[in-house]
Amino acid sequence: MAALFGQDALTDNGPGYAFSQAPSSAAGGIRERSFYPYTDNGGSTLGIAGEDFTILAGDTRSTSGYNINTRYAPKVFKIGGDDSEGTNATIILSVVGFAADGQILKERLDTIVKMYRYQHGKPMSVKACAQRLSTILYGKRFFPYYVHAILGGLDEEGKGALYSYDPVGSYEREQCRAGGAAASLIMPFLDNQVNFKNQYVPESGEGHALQERPRVPLKRKETEELVRDAFTSAVERHIEVGDGLQMLVVTKDGVEEIYSPLKRD
Amino acid sequence: MSSPFSINGGACVAMVGKDCVAIACDLRLGLQSLTVSNNFPKIFPYGDVYLGLTGLATDVATVSDLLRYKVNLYRLREERAISPQTLANLVSSSLYERRFGPFFVSPVIAGINHTTGKPFICGFDSIGCIDFAKDFIVSGTASDQLFGTCEGLWEPDLAPEDLFETISQALLNAVDRDALSGWGAHVYIIEKDKVTKRLLKGRQD
Amino acid sequence: MPGFDFSNHARNAALHAQGFPLPKATSTGTTIVGCIFDGGVVIAADTRATSGPIVADKNCEKLHYISPQIWCAGAGTAADTEFTTALISSQLELHALSTGRNPRVVTCMTMLKQHLFQHQGHIGAYLVVAGVDPTGVGLFTVHAHGSTDKLPYVTMGSGSLAAMSVFETQWKSNIDREGAIKLAADAIQAGIFNDLGSGSNVDVCVITKEKTTLMRNYIRPNERERKQRSYVFKRGTTAVLREKVVERVDIGKYVTVHEVPLEAEGEKMEVDA
Repeated sequence: MAALFGQDALTDNGPGYAFSQAPSSAAGGIRERSFYPYTDNGGSTLGIAGEDFTILAGDTRSTSGYNINTRYAPKVFKIGGDDSEGTNATIILSVVGFAADGQILKERLDTIVKMYRYQHGKPMSVKACAQRLSTILYGKRFFPYYVHAILGGLDEEGKGALYSYDPVGSYEREQCRAGGAAASLIMPFLDNQVNFKNQYVPESGEGHALQERPRVPLKRKETEELVRDAFTSAVERHIEVGDGLQMLVVTKDGVEEIYSPLKRD
Repeated sequence: MSSPFSINGGACVAMVGKDCVAIACDLRLGLQSLTVSNNFPKIFPYGDVYLGLTGLATDVATVSDLLRYKVNLYRLREERAISPQTLANLVSSSLYERRFGPFFVSPVIAGINHTTGKPFICGFDSIGCIDFAKDFIVSGTASDQLFGTCEGLWEPDLAPEDLFETISQALLNAVDRDALSGWGAHVYIIEKDKVTKRLLKGRQD
Repeated sequence: MPGFDFSNHARNAALHAQGFPLPKATSTGTTIVGCIFDGGVVIAADTRATSGPIVADKNCEKLHYISPQIWCAGAGTAADTEFTTALISSQLELHALSTGRNPRVVTCMTMLKQHLFQHQGHIGAYLVVAGVDPTGVGLFTVHAHGSTDKLPYVTMGSGSLAAMSVFETQWKSNIDREGAIKLAADAIQAGIFNDLGSGSNVDVCVITKEKTTLMRNYIRPNERERKQRSYVFKRGTTAVLREKVVERVDIGKYVTVHEVPLEAEGEKMEVDA
């Protein structure tokens, strides 16, 4: 049947499923069994830090293979709020990759940040939370959380702070970062439009003598527009991205959530 | 082990503007992570139609020569220059002929049809399936990045000068996020009565 | 038969043996359907072509011409569906010319299956063949290995299950032309929205005894919204190191053949004394 319906993604053993491989038998009746506990749930995330705000965004589609599990599965979460709704939270986290691991990672970090507040009577700083997240991820160095995490908030000076992580906890503070399935599509666009990479000031010189276009901090409205354009572009060219766009914006006034629909094909 | 398409690296992109087309490529030639040359253009002119080829460098050289030979024969037989549409079908059938032993290349065509005066671009997979697009075509190891930048930056009816900025920025920013492409770029802006070729300043790392 | 050239095959097989993966062809993830109705047949397709998870072509044509009254919807490897249908179309036209009769759908289907069976599934074309001929209405599916089916409604491709669910819940016998078009378009839309391999627009082709109507982009439910910002750069933003302009009048110099005068000065062949 596999050969007959070779164009079918499900029977093609294409995208990884748990228990996807058939047990292979060797001579002597010894059978090798395999267990692959990870699934790729697709989707994409993106974060941009501004002068006095941070935006984290993600699409809301969850996929497995060529199927859509749901059109509304959030990838961006509030961390360390008063209740399960995340009221009064000041830190946000986005996770993309294997959704189950993302869910657990979010729960663990949320609990830790809450505990910190109960024990110390003050909210955790983003810097401290960022370091803690790295420790959590590295704690599972040999059975990692299969996620690309991005953490956002405001630093001690009230400036936008953004930290991005690899699955085993290596992290860095950045101005912007895209993660997930369409990261390779979105990231170069961000380099160009947020950090003005490869742009020069016209008439400022000849060839090598040209002046680089100076970086200016983006306004919040501009950034929100940029995020939406980045996602509508990714939706056009990546099959696993679509359905809805969820944005969380941290400012000194707290966290604001904005949802807007995306194409559903 | 890496695919034959990503041994040597390289990127190419074509775009449509208002009464003009543009085609651009990077200049890197590598062997896996080792860069061997920073002057390996991947765009080949056939009269006033331009062919971009990315993929395995030996096949880039072979296919560009093979098509030059075929286009020259066409010109001698027909006593006229080849149109971009005809070249597209020639490339397609030449690639499909080797369906079960393909050349590891992803070609891109850009030109203006001199009978109709209309801009034309198209791209192919390695076995000759044509992708007719009205906006842009990308190919090479930075194709994902190029899809992102082109989809974000391109808009319809750009004048030649604006199209140059858009295609250049799309290419430069895309190759900067691909370890196997970059090291400078060539850009051709093709208009009805002239062709402008520019060498871009790009990162050398 | 096409003359395939195998001269790269040994090299590529050696490369593959060393562990290099095979090249990724553009495949039409695809939803294609067909449905007969009183007096004719309708086929429909989505317009997305993919290469892995990336959309290679947002508006490709998956309905292929075979003869004026026979059309084909193709799924699988895009190049294979394109060239296989073109080859059979050509052979069928010659056949029609030599017999002096209109080509039949069964003939087309048989030629396709024999060609595909000969190549043992290596030509990855999955087709829905539909048409009207002197014997009546015909609708078939042909798989890459050469097996065929004859049914009143059919679906193929990665979106075939989504599309079939529409047919299985809404199809009825004695359906009319408009009903069949609507049903086929709905089935394609089920594929477009529920299968990631399918997307963009709906193409429809209706064939009756009288005429064939190709409705390219019959439904366009996925137009991109206007971008929030304009990304036109200030002219002079990109750093240029060198520039060369070739005017069209000069392009002529590169391509025209100039007469070379015979026995031109200094061009004489040197001959030994």
